[in-house]
Amino acid sequence: MTATYADSRDKPRRPLIHRRSAIPGFGITMGLTLASLSLIVLIPLAAVGLKAAEQSPADFLHAAFNERALTAYRLSFGAAFIAAAINGVFGLLTAWALVRYEFPLKGLVNGLIDLPFALPTAVAGIALATLYAPNGWIGSLAEPAGLKIAYTPLGVVIALTFIGLPFIVRTLEPVMRDLSADVEEAAASLGAGRLDTIARVVLPALAPAWLTGFALAFARAVGEYGSVIFIAGNMPYKSEIAPLLIVIELEQYDYAGAATIAVVMLVVSFAMLFVINAVQAWARRLSA
Amino acid sequence: MTISIRSVEKRFGRYPALNGVSLEIADGELLALLGPSGSGKTTLLRVIAGLEFPSDGQILYGDQDMTFAGAAERRVGFVFQQYALFRHMTVARNIAFGLDVRKGAAKPGKAQIAARVAELLRLVELDGLGGRYPAQLSGGQRQRVALARALAVNPSVLLLDEPFGALDATVRKSLRKELRRIHDATGVTTIFVTHDQEEALELADRVAILNQGAIEQVGTPDEVHDAPAGAFVAGFVGEANRFAGEAKGGRFTLGDIVLRAGEVRDGPALAFVRPHELLVTDPGKGDLAITVAHIAPQGAVVRIEGATEGGQRIEAAIARQIAAGVHPGARLELAVSRAYVFPA
Amino acid sequence: MSRSPDTTTDPLWARIVVLALVAVFLAGVLILPLVSVFFEALRKGLPAALEAIATEDARAAIKLTLLTAAIAVPFNVAFGLCASWAVAKFQFPGKPFLITLIDLPFSVSPVVAGLIYVLVFGAQGWFGPWLLDHDIKIVFAVPGIVLATIFVTFPFVARELIPLMQEQGVDEEEAAISLGASGLRAFWSVTAPNIRWGLLYGVLLCNARAMGEFGAVSVVSGHIRGLTNTMPLHVEILYNEYDYVGAFAVAALLCFLAVVTLVLKSVLEIAQPRSRAGGH
Repeated sequence: MTATYADSRDKPRRPLIHRRSAIPGFGITMGLTLASLSLIVLIPLAAVGLKAAEQSPADFLHAAFNERALTAYRLSFGAAFIAAAINGVFGLLTAWALVRYEFPLKGLVNGLIDLPFALPTAVAGIALATLYAPNGWIGSLAEPAGLKIAYTPLGVVIALTFIGLPFIVRTLEPVMRDLSADVEEAAASLGAGRLDTIARVVLPALAPAWLTGFALAFARAVGEYGSVIFIAGNMPYKSEIAPLLIVIELEQYDYAGAATIAVVMLVVSFAMLFVINAVQAWARRLSA
Repeated sequence: MTISIRSVEKRFGRYPALNGVSLEIADGELLALLGPSGSGKTTLLRVIAGLEFPSDGQILYGDQDMTFAGAAERRVGFVFQQYALFRHMTVARNIAFGLDVRKGAAKPGKAQIAARVAELLRLVELDGLGGRYPAQLSGGQRQRVALARALAVNPSVLLLDEPFGALDATVRKSLRKELRRIHDATGVTTIFVTHDQEEALELADRVAILNQGAIEQVGTPDEVHDAPAGAFVAGFVGEANRFAGEAKGGRFTLGDIVLRAGEVRDGPALAFVRPHELLVTDPGKGDLAITVAHIAPQGAVVRIEGATEGGQRIEAAIARQIAAGVHPGARLELAVSRAYVFPA
Repeated sequence: MSRSPDTTTDPLWARIVVLALVAVFLAGVLILPLVSVFFEALRKGLPAALEAIATEDARAAIKLTLLTAAIAVPFNVAFGLCASWAVAKFQFPGKPFLITLIDLPFSVSPVVAGLIYVLVFGAQGWFGPWLLDHDIKIVFAVPGIVLATIFVTFPFVARELIPLMQEQGVDEEEAAISLGASGLRAFWSVTAPNIRWGLLYGVLLCNARAMGEFGAVSVVSGHIRGLTNTMPLHVEILYNEYDYVGAFAVAALLCFLAVVTLVLKSVLEIAQPRSRAGGH
């Protein structure tokens, strides 16, 4: 037996590419993934930064933070925040009703929650604009009270509420479902009333999921365009959202200006992404 | 198929899973890789299988270098810990898979495959269950399917990762016998990983004991149990009282306990004494004395727990007749018939 | 699990109040908008609506939308399969970072998604002069629309498949390979059957977004009727021209698509119950 080992006594010949795993395909799938990611996402995104950097710092600051841009950010971020807050309340109630109550057409309602994911934003935009216009079904109800919704910042909030709804409901639902009745029963057995139980036991347990949903809805709403422009009115310094400003500057061939606003929005988006990841990590730690 | 493992090292990042393991496995042998979790036994099995590749060293099948060959090239039959049955395929399709994927002339005909599947179902005693899906089987039945699937390709070596780990105690015992029977019927070289020493000692021809990525001892079940090569094996295989004391001039001392230490060099040492190697003696003739704390009859023997004056806890297994008069609080003198002493 | 009624059930008045609030909210935000689309489309009767969908421009928009989805969806399926295989079946440093990068397009405003391609391929962009010399049009043409659509739908399939494949581990693939299957064979006979529902789910959402994308496509399209107008863009043009019946007729078609998507999605959720949270 020893004699036949003669050849193999030397170090085994290593394959050119060191095998890391018995499963094949890492090189090619990883290569294609990185290639697609770079060509479709990363390199074009870098173009925005480079375009914005072509200007002098003073020009950049002016393009990023002039009065009109500031008003647009205020509207985009403000309305997105208010819409996320509205969803935070009504989305919470909706999720609670879907998980805890029985009511007619529950299956249908449950399916409709995802409508904003499936409905093209432009369709949502014209539908909401028509509905909340002074002569629309809902707008005409608000009109006598002196409340104008469509073509005002309020309209922007309505559109962003539509967009953000499923984020909150769908993030809360599974957590509510997992919330064991034992905990509530334990609280009740210790003498807590129903309201006490909800305020001190249920809501705190939902807090991480609620925050995650809020952040997701907010992040999505900040960049939203299609559903907003039809209902917003798009008046400069009044009801003009930040993404619209980019479109307007593009139409005026002010590429650097458009890129500058885009950079500001990207920075905020990435910050939000970071916050969302942190919140989710926190939520995982709590539930572990 | 003989298998030679030569100075195999495997690192995951900076973490070393195997530190220069060498092992020869004879043709037709049934070998157990025994060790605590994290000892590298599963990694070693996967390196033998070709599911992982060593960072250094060499693996030979017969006289062929297989260090970087894939699992299929080595013709291994691998039984996964959680079985890894294909859940969307019937039992029969699962077993036939290794034959189905062959190409061209190597692929057997439909009838041949069906015959082979039927033969294997008979071998693992699952006749008539070929049409079921894995989800419709019990844990023990799934294990048998996994075994049959691995055997279908006539593997040169059968590798099993904790084959009985996911089963309850009764099924475990009967499947152990089953594996031995199947091994003897097929004669295929078989290596299995386990953390359960009882399983390893009962089933295997030889046992390789791993600790921290290295082999501590390889030997028959009797050898590793009765002649442990080191402190780790002595403590890990079988029950033992462990004493941490001093060796000097061929004697081991810990307080008032004195034992023969043989050739152990002077210095700190560990001594191991199995409970059944402690015998009750007349006063003044024992190696150590204990005060009995607890008595638990276990069939033919009585387990006596107590402590020496120095506070060292002792467990002894004493024949029932001899232990008849012993009660908690009693003072008992014990002689050590055999101790394993190793430098610490 | 039995809950004792008084400790874990809300009192009747509370249930009524909550349900009423939810009903009003959902009616105002979800249900009435959906109903109003069909109502406005049919304001002048079904024939007028059908006529609006049958115009040449509308037909061209429908065709372009289908074409865009027919390129973007398969591309993202291929990408999603590659990415999930690489991420879920292998260990490598920087994996969470890679997943974050794949998810990145979800956090980018659609308008910015369009803008980046204008900056790269537009007349003023990096490749603008070169493309002009070679008479290749990307921006304000179909390739730009397809690219922007791929960007906004980029993560859909991958983010469905990655967690699914991670959960399923590598045991079955290793078993198949140890039995002699090639990598592709292992994928087709072992991995694919395990991920088909998740894949279908991802394709469904990806397709809905691809057909409905407005902001990104709007920026790169140039709004040339009959040439670079997708259905959502056509809705906008008609609406801005006060052709409400036409706009809502095309919108109703898109609504129908959305409803079909939701129904299929519910069916898939029943076929393979999901426990994961979140959306897009």
